[in-house]
Amino acid sequence: MNSSARPSARRITTLLGTVALALAATGCGGGTGAASAPDKVTSLTALDYYTDATEHAQWSKRLTDCGRTAGVKVEHTSVPAPSLLPKVLRQASSRTLPDLLMLDNPDLQQIASTGALTPLDRYRIDTTGFAEGILSAGTYRGKVYGLAPTVNTIALFYNKDMLAEAGVAVPRTWGELKSAAARLTRQGRYGIAVSANATPESTWQLLPFLWSNGGDEKHLDTPQAAQALRLWTDLVKSGSMSKSALNWTQADLHDQFAAGKTALMVNGPWRIPALNKDRDLHWGVAPLPVRQKGQRLVTPLGGEVWTVPQNSSPSRQEKAAQVLACLNGPTTMLASAKEHFTVPSRTAVAARYAEQVPSMSGFVTSVERARSRTVELGVKWPGTATAISTAIQSALTGEQTPQEALRRAQRTATGS
Amino acid sequence: MTGPSAAPRTRLRELLAPWLFVVPAAVYLLLFFGYPIVKNLGMSFQQYTTATFYTGAAPFVGLRNYAEILSSGLFSRALLTTVLFTAGSVAGQFVLGLALALFFRRSFPLGGLLRSLLLLPWLLPLVVSATTWKWMLDADDGVVNNALRALHLVPSGIPWLTGTSQALVSVTLVNIWVGIPFNTAILYSGLRNIPAQLYEAAELDGAGPVASFRHITWPLLRPAVSVVLVLGVVYTLKVLDIILVVTGGGPADATQTLATRSYELSFQRFEFGRGAAMGNVLIVLSLVLALVFLRADRRAAHA
Repeated sequence: MNSSARPSARRITTLLGTVALALAATGCGGGTGAASAPDKVTSLTALDYYTDATEHAQWSKRLTDCGRTAGVKVEHTSVPAPSLLPKVLRQASSRTLPDLLMLDNPDLQQIASTGALTPLDRYRIDTTGFAEGILSAGTYRGKVYGLAPTVNTIALFYNKDMLAEAGVAVPRTWGELKSAAARLTRQGRYGIAVSANATPESTWQLLPFLWSNGGDEKHLDTPQAAQALRLWTDLVKSGSMSKSALNWTQADLHDQFAAGKTALMVNGPWRIPALNKDRDLHWGVAPLPVRQKGQRLVTPLGGEVWTVPQNSSPSRQEKAAQVLACLNGPTTMLASAKEHFTVPSRTAVAARYAEQVPSMSGFVTSVERARSRTVELGVKWPGTATAISTAIQSALTGEQTPQEALRRAQRTATGS
Repeated sequence: MTGPSAAPRTRLRELLAPWLFVVPAAVYLLLFFGYPIVKNLGMSFQQYTTATFYTGAAPFVGLRNYAEILSSGLFSRALLTTVLFTAGSVAGQFVLGLALALFFRRSFPLGGLLRSLLLLPWLLPLVVSATTWKWMLDADDGVVNNALRALHLVPSGIPWLTGTSQALVSVTLVNIWVGIPFNTAILYSGLRNIPAQLYEAAELDGAGPVASFRHITWPLLRPAVSVVLVLGVVYTLKVLDIILVVTGGGPADATQTLATRSYELSFQRFEFGRGAAMGNVLIVLSLVLALVFLRADRRAAHA
C-alpha cells in the first residue's frame, strides 16, 4: 500500500505539471494571433447563425469576396440560432467578440444596450437609402449599430392545385380566409397551418394579423388585438386548422405544406429554395389577408443585421467596417437577395430587384411597410414577445378566451 | 531509496501523499461545482442583465429577484407541475424498472441480450429520443394515435401534446421511458447481490414468491432502492431538454416546470438575476427532498 502510493503520487504531480504546461501553451497560442501584428490586419473573424450547408457556403463566399476588397481574410463561423446569443454574451464578458457579428434584428437593441457594439457612424458608413423599418431595427438611442443587406417578412403560401380543385380564390380578407380554409379541409388535410408554438416564433406569426387590424404591442388588451387572436381560435374551432399548430415551428409548417397536409401556410421567403426543389408541388405566394378590405397590411420585419463589436484594435474595426459596408453595398445585396429569396434593404435596389425577379414582387411591397418588432418597446421586446406567445397558446387550447389571454399578457408584459 | 538516511523524507512524503490524492478532486470540485454555485448565488441577488456581461456592472438588489419570482402566479403553477412531473416520473420509472429487474433475474434464453437492449434509451441522445416522441405523439399523424384509432380504442385522436392536461402526462410518460434503463440497471445489480441461499431457505420454510419478495428481496434491496429514488428525484427535478423538445413548456405553460422557467427567464428573457434565483430555488428544493428522503430511509432501516 505504502510503497505503491509514492510513485503514483509523483505521477500525479507530473501529470498536473503537464496539464499546467499545456494550458499555458494554449493560452499563449491564443494570444499571439492578435498581438503579433498590431498594425497590419490580415484576417478577421465573423460569426453568424447560417448553419445550413448551402447557406453557410454562400455566406462564406460573400464574406471572402468582401474581405478581399478590404484586403483581409475572413474566418467565418456559424452556430445554431438558439446558441448565438448565449455565445455572444459569453464572448462579451471574456472580451473575445468576433470582428464581424451578425444578429437577428430584434436582438440588436438588446446587445447594443450592453455597450458591446460600436456605432457605425464612426466608420463613415453610408446608411442612406435603407428602408425605414430595417434602419430603425438597427438603431439604438439614435445611432445606427447594425445594417441588414437583405430583409424578409411572412406571407401566405398556397397550394395552387388544391385551390383549383376546391374552386377557391386566394383569400384577401379574414372572412375569405375562414371560408377558403374550411372548403380546403379534407380527410387527412387541413385548410391552413400557422406556427402557434411556445416560443416567440408564434408571436412573429400573429403580428401581421394583430398590426394590420390596428393592434399594438404596447396595449395588448384592445378589441383589435383580440379580434386577431380570435381569427386563429376560430380556425381551430371550425376544424380548418390543426391543434398541432401549438407545437409546430415554421420548419414544421413547411413539412406539412410539402406533404400536402395543409393547403395554406403562413411562412417566409427563405422557404422558397426548398419548395422549388419539389417539382410536383405547385405553389404560390400572396400577401396575408386583412380583416376588412381597405385595411393596410403591416407585417413584421425579419432579417439579420451585421455589426462591428467593440475590441481593442481600431484598425481591425476599420477593416471589419469595410467588409460590412461591402456586404451592404447595392451589388452585394442584390446578389444575396437573389440567392436567398430575400428582399434588398435599400429601397432603390429593391425596386430593381422586383423588376428582375417578379415572383418576389409581393414580398418587396410587403417589406416596404414592414415594421420592426423593437421599434416601440426596444429592449423590453423579449418579455412582451413571450407574453404574447403564452396568450396565443392559452387561447388556442381553449384555456382562456382571446380577450382574457391578451389581458393577462398585458399584465405580464408591463408587470415585469 | 528506502535506506535509514532517507527516513525523514519518507515521513514527509507519507504526510503529503494523502493530501496529494485529495487536492485534484478538491480543485476540480471547487472549480467546476463550487464556483458556479457561488456565482449563481451572487447573481440571484443582483440585477444581472445582458449589459452585465459586457460592463460587469450588476447592482445589488437584495432579495428582490426572489420576491418577484415567488410572488408571481406563474411560480405556484410551475411548482405544482414540477411536483406532479417528478412524482409521476419517479413512481413510473421505479415500478417498471423494478418489474423489469425482477423479470430479468430469472435466467432464460436471450435474457442477457434483451437486458442490454433495454439500455438503448439511455444511449440515445435525449434530443433525438425526445424529437422522435414528439412525432409519435402528434395528434393527427402520430403513430400512437394511429394505433389507438386502428384498435378502435378512441374515436378521434388524443391531443397528447396540445391538450393542457394531456401534455403533462405525455412528457411524464416520455421521461419514464427515458428513466427505465437507469432504474433497471441499478435495481438489477442490487438483486444480484442478494444471496441465493436466502431464497432456498425461504422456499424450504414454505414461503411463496410474495412472501419471499416482502421478507427477503425488499429489505435487502433497500440500499439500491434509496440510491435509485434519490437520484431519480434529483435528476427529474432538473429535467429540461425533454420538456423543451417535446412541448417547449406549452401548451399555455402546462408543462412549464421550475427548470424550464429558469431557462426561459435567463435565456429567452435575458433576466439572468431572476433566472439564477429560480435555479437556486430548484437547488434548495432538491437538496431538501434528498435530505428528507435519506432521513426517512435511515429511520426505516433502523426500525
